[in-house]
Order: sequence, then C-alpha cells, then structure tokens
Amino acid sequence: MEIVRVEGLTFTYSGFDTPAISDINLSIEEGEFVLLLGPSGCGKSTLCRCLNGLIPHFYAGKMEGRVLVAGMDVSKTPTYVLSQYVGMVFQNPENQLFSLTVENDVAFALENLGMPRDEIRRRVDFALKAVGIEDLRKRSPFELSGGQQQKVAIASILALMPKIMVFDEPTSSLDPVSAKSIIETIFKVKKELGTSVVVAEHRVELLADKVDRVIVMQKGRIVKDGRPREVFVSEEMIPYGVPVPKVVSMAKGVNRHFKVFNEIPLSSEEFEQGIRRFIHDKVR
Amino acid sequence: MIKFDNVTYVYPTGVKALNSVSVEIGRGELVALMGENGAGKTTFIKHLNGLLKPTSGNVYVDGKDTKTLSVAQLSRIVGVVFQNADDMFFLPTVEEEVAFSLRNLGFSEDVVQRRVDWSLKFMELEEYRNRSPFLLSGGEKKRLALAIILAWNPQVIAMDEPTVGQDSMQKEKLKEMIKQLNLQGRTVIISTHDVEFVAELKPRVILMSKGRIIADGKAEFILTDGELLSSCSILMPQVAATMSRLADLGFNAKVISVEEAVRNIVEGLRGLEHTRRA
Ligand SMILES: Nc1ncnc2c1ncn2[C@@H]1O[C@H](COP(=O)(O)OP(=O)(O)OP(=O)(O)O)[C@@H](O)[C@H]1O
Ligand SMILES: Nc1ncnc2c1ncn2[C@@H]1O[C@H](COP(=O)(O)OP(=O)(O)OP(=O)(O)O)[C@@H](O)[C@H]1O
Ligand SMILES: [Mg+2]
Ligand SMILES: [Mg+2]
Repeated sequence: MEIVRVEGLTFTYSGFDTPAISDINLSIEEGEFVLLLGPSGCGKSTLCRCLNGLIPHFYAGKMEGRVLVAGMDVSKTPTYVLSQYVGMVFQNPENQLFSLTVENDVAFALENLGMPRDEIRRRVDFALKAVGIEDLRKRSPFELSGGQQQKVAIASILALMPKIMVFDEPTSSLDPVSAKSIIETIFKVKKELGTSVVVAEHRVELLADKVDRVIVMQKGRIVKDGRPREVFVSEEMIPYGVPVPKVVSMAKGVNRHFKVFNEIPLSSEEFEQGIRRFIHDKVR
Repeated sequence: MIKFDNVTYVYPTGVKALNSVSVEIGRGELVALMGENGAGKTTFIKHLNGLLKPTSGNVYVDGKDTKTLSVAQLSRIVGVVFQNADDMFFLPTVEEEVAFSLRNLGFSEDVVQRRVDWSLKFMELEEYRNRSPFLLSGGEKKRLALAIILAWNPQVIAMDEPTVGQDSMQKEKLKEMIKQLNLQGRTVIISTHDVEFVAELKPRVILMSKGRIIADGKAEFILTDGELLSSCSILMPQVAATMSRLADLGFNAKVISVEEAVRNIVEGLRGLEHTRRA
C-alpha cells in the first residue's frame, strides 16, 4: 500500500531564485526502505523536510505540487497531526534536543500523545537500549558528545515508532559499531512493524545490502530510482557522487582476472560467499 | 609540536572525559583520533586551542603551556574545525565568516580577498558567498568551517569530524587537501569515525576509549586489528573486514586498500589453479 506520494513537488526557499528541489515525483510503499543519495547540496534534506511538514509549515518559501502522507495533504495538515505518522531525525540532531534529561527527551512525544505511563516506560527503555545509551538516561542532552546526542535523537523516533521514519544522515557522528547496530535495529523494526524508512546518507557501506531502493538526486532532481545493486554496480552513477562500496570495487577488480562473481556483492558476507563458492566449484 | 603530559579533564558535571592522557605529536605529523562515541576526542581537540584547560596535567603547544596562553594567542598557531559547524558562525555572510579571522590576524585587504576567493572556490562555495551561513545545507556548513581554517592556514590544523555530510567527491578533495597541507609541513589532526576515509588517508592513528589512549600506531596495523578496534566500538574498514573473513583460505587479512586486496586474491586464485593442474 502506498504511504507517501509526492506529485510535481518544487520548493524554493524564500529570498532565492533557484528551487532547492524541482519536479519531484515519488511513491513510497508501506514497509519500503529507501536510501536517498546525492552530492552535498542536492536537496536531500529539503525533500525530507517536505515529508514531515517542516516545509511548508516552518520554512518560508514557494511550494508547488503536493505531498501526501498516509493520505493527508502535508501542507493542509497541522504538524502535530503529521508527527504521529512521520518521525524525523534531523541532520544536526542537537537542534532537536530540548529537555532537561535524555529520558524526558525520548518520552516527550509519547507524553504529548497521552500514552499510558507503563507504555511510555516500556518504549523509552526499548529505545534507549536499542541505541545503547541506557547509562545516559539521567544526563542533560546538552552535556553529551556529538554522537551521544545523535543517539538521543534516534531513540526519540524509535520510541515513537511512527509509520514513516525519516533519518537525515543518521550515522554521520556515530562510531561504526553503533552505526551498524542502529541500522540493524531500524531494519528489524521495519520488518516487524512494516514501517517505511527513508534514509539520507553518504556512508553507504552499512546500508547497501539492507535497503530496497535507492533514489539518487542531483541539483534538486531525481536522476535515478532503482534497486541498490543496479545503482551501486553501474559506473554511470559515479559522476553523480554516488559512493561505491569497497566490496563492489574489490569484486570488479577480481572479476577482471577470474570470473568469480556473477552477481556483484554488496556486503563482506556476499563477497565471502562468492569466493568460497568459486573455490569449491574449481577444486571439485 | 603538541605535547599532552598526563592530562586529565573533568567536566563541571563530574564526567571525566580525559584520563591521564600523555602523547606527543610532532611538527608535520598527520594524526587521526578514533574511538567510541564519548571516548574524549572532542575534549582532546578542545585542549589544542585552549578552549578547555586540563583539570590536571599540562598541554604544550609549540613548547608553551596552554595555561599561560589565551585562546586568541593560541589561535595564531592552532585552527580548529568544530564538530558542530554551527557553533563557529556569527556573521551575516559566508564571505565575512572566512575573512574575519584573516583580518584579525592582520593580513592586508588584498591578501584577505585572495585567500577568501581561493578557499571558497576550493570548497565549492563561491556561489554562496553573500548568503547567511545558517541557510546552507549540512555538508555546505561543514565545508564553510573547513574553508575558514584553510584560508587562515595555521601551523596546526585540527578538524573534528571533517567528513560528516560530505559526498564521495568532496571527501576525495578533502583527502587531497589534507595531504597537501601535510606536505607543506602543517600538523594535521582529525577526529573521525569514518574508517574508510582513514584507510585511504593512512595516517598515524591514536585510538581512544573512555578517556584514555589505548593504542597508537600506523593505520595499516591499527585498522586491521579487529579485536583492538572492537574494544572502542570501531569496525575494520570494509576491505580488511572482508579479507579477514577469508583468512582461513590463506588470503592476507591485513590489507586496507582495494588494490592490494584484489592483487592478493588474484594471486591466491592463480596459485589454486596451478596446484589443481599439477
Ligand atoms: N559539555 C559537556 N559537559 C559535560 N560532559 C560532557 C560535555 N561534553 C562532552 N561530555 C562528556 O565527556 C565525554 C567525552 O565527550 P567527547 O565529546 O570528548 O567525546 P567524543 O569522543 O568526541 O565523542 P563523539 O564521537 O560522540 O563525538 C562523554 O562522556 C560526554 O558525555
Ligand atoms: N534554510 C535554507 N534556506 C535557503 N537555502 C537553503 C536552506 N537550506 C538549504 N538550502 C539550499 O538548498 C539546496 C539544497 O539543500 P539541502 O540541505 O536540501 O541539501 P542536502 O542534499 O541535504 O545537502 P547535504 O548533503 O550537504 O546535507 C542547497 O543549495 C542549499 O544551499
Ligand atoms: Mg542535508
Ligand atoms: Mg566528538
């Protein structure tokens, strides 16, 4: 079932001539995991802001076209209603923190929805544990390291568990072990609850084999919308700033000498399997 | 150039962010600080320009104890790019932001203009020169922060998470820039979680965990030691992670570059072919 529909969307920030995003058409299904890629400044954050209503409700500018989320027109729906359906982690998460303690920050949206106490406690515990910051629950979010703050912002969304989760560069300040485990948690939540996930990221090594779909943007427009293997393997996407996972480069390098991989791997695991299968077949 | 002598730093809240840290960084060295979230990297960097002073122990920059110098004095030697670029901006336009510290350092107006032009161009920000820094995208803000330091070109350049928000092409340029600065004899210290970036840059790596330095050595050694890395929540770069899965087949697990890995695998497969024929 379709959960997000974007039709002919163009947005120009007020005071500027050129649109930040132009003529975006997009449909996202329930349970889909979408990776948003593209060079710095191409419009990823702007598109994300349109999905949760920050645009047009909080950013001044000219908006054409429309965005439907769970059937509601974003520009005609108040953000407090939208926030029950779409949760977003900002690119700069410290702008999102405001409470006296980490725990209160994560519980805030749930309390606003009037959720029962027990349920709030259960969800907050789950979310803090999922991002690995249970020990920080009584700390002030303003006295944390950059990565710890990013984890608080992610925990708030995980606790809310909206139908659509939008993450604007969620792993940018995370250490690799945290980044990996948080992406795995998001993946699990998506699978179990059928949540739709949109992630804008430049670091793709951890995501390449998890996402269903990759959308590449360039100068405010969508220039490619396809399966991850298609996007990461085809050289045509490199000029668009699409990063090539290291295993893809390795597999292509090996294939020039031995035809090991029929299908180019997107993870270390897939690469390993390919090599083992090749050796097994050869030795027999 | 930089010396930490048994430095401990405790935030007013009681959190001990640096715990008896002793390390020396020579003039012209290229160093990457790595370690889990909350390890103390940012706290370490803030000690370089005197934004924080040790609770106990001493930090020396160019032979001078930072306790005897003001932030203004230190900033003639050390330039810091903050983790959160927003914290660096306070002027109405991108251009003024870059020019500010240059004027402060007493450069003549034509030098200021030349340097501003050059650094904005290098960071691909010329078209935004008259815009407010707060109306830039996330990656553009980080590049502006880098442009400020680049224009100013101090002897020691410390960058907290410089690759955040940068696409693969910008990262490539950043890597070239860092190498270039280093070749000019600048001391460059970066704090980063980007293992792939570090694997390409191949600097000296200082690993931190829970306020302490737990390892210090060449990127090739540190980044291929899975056990050591996991003790501070770092994963091997993808090349090393992949190769270590194949170690039992006789492949070399200790490589971090794609080219080396491919060469090693191809040689291994050739060897196999020969034994089979024989
Ligand atoms: N302003 C502050 N007040 C109190 N404690 C702080 C403050 N800033 C950081 N801390 C704490 O000090 C420790 C070290 O933080 P620091 O910011 O140096 O870590 P880091 O290695 O840079 O982490 P990250 O990778 O997340 O940026 C952490 O436990 C953090 O919670
Ligand atoms: N608040 C704003 N006001 C005006 N222009 C803006 C604003 N935020 C971003 N822009 C501009 O709009 C364009 C798209 O920015 P956006 O933040 O959507 O890019 P992005 O793809 O998220 O980039 P990054 O990867 O660097 O975060 C850029 O040219 C940027 O300079
Ligand atoms: Mg962005
Ligand atoms: Mg930090």
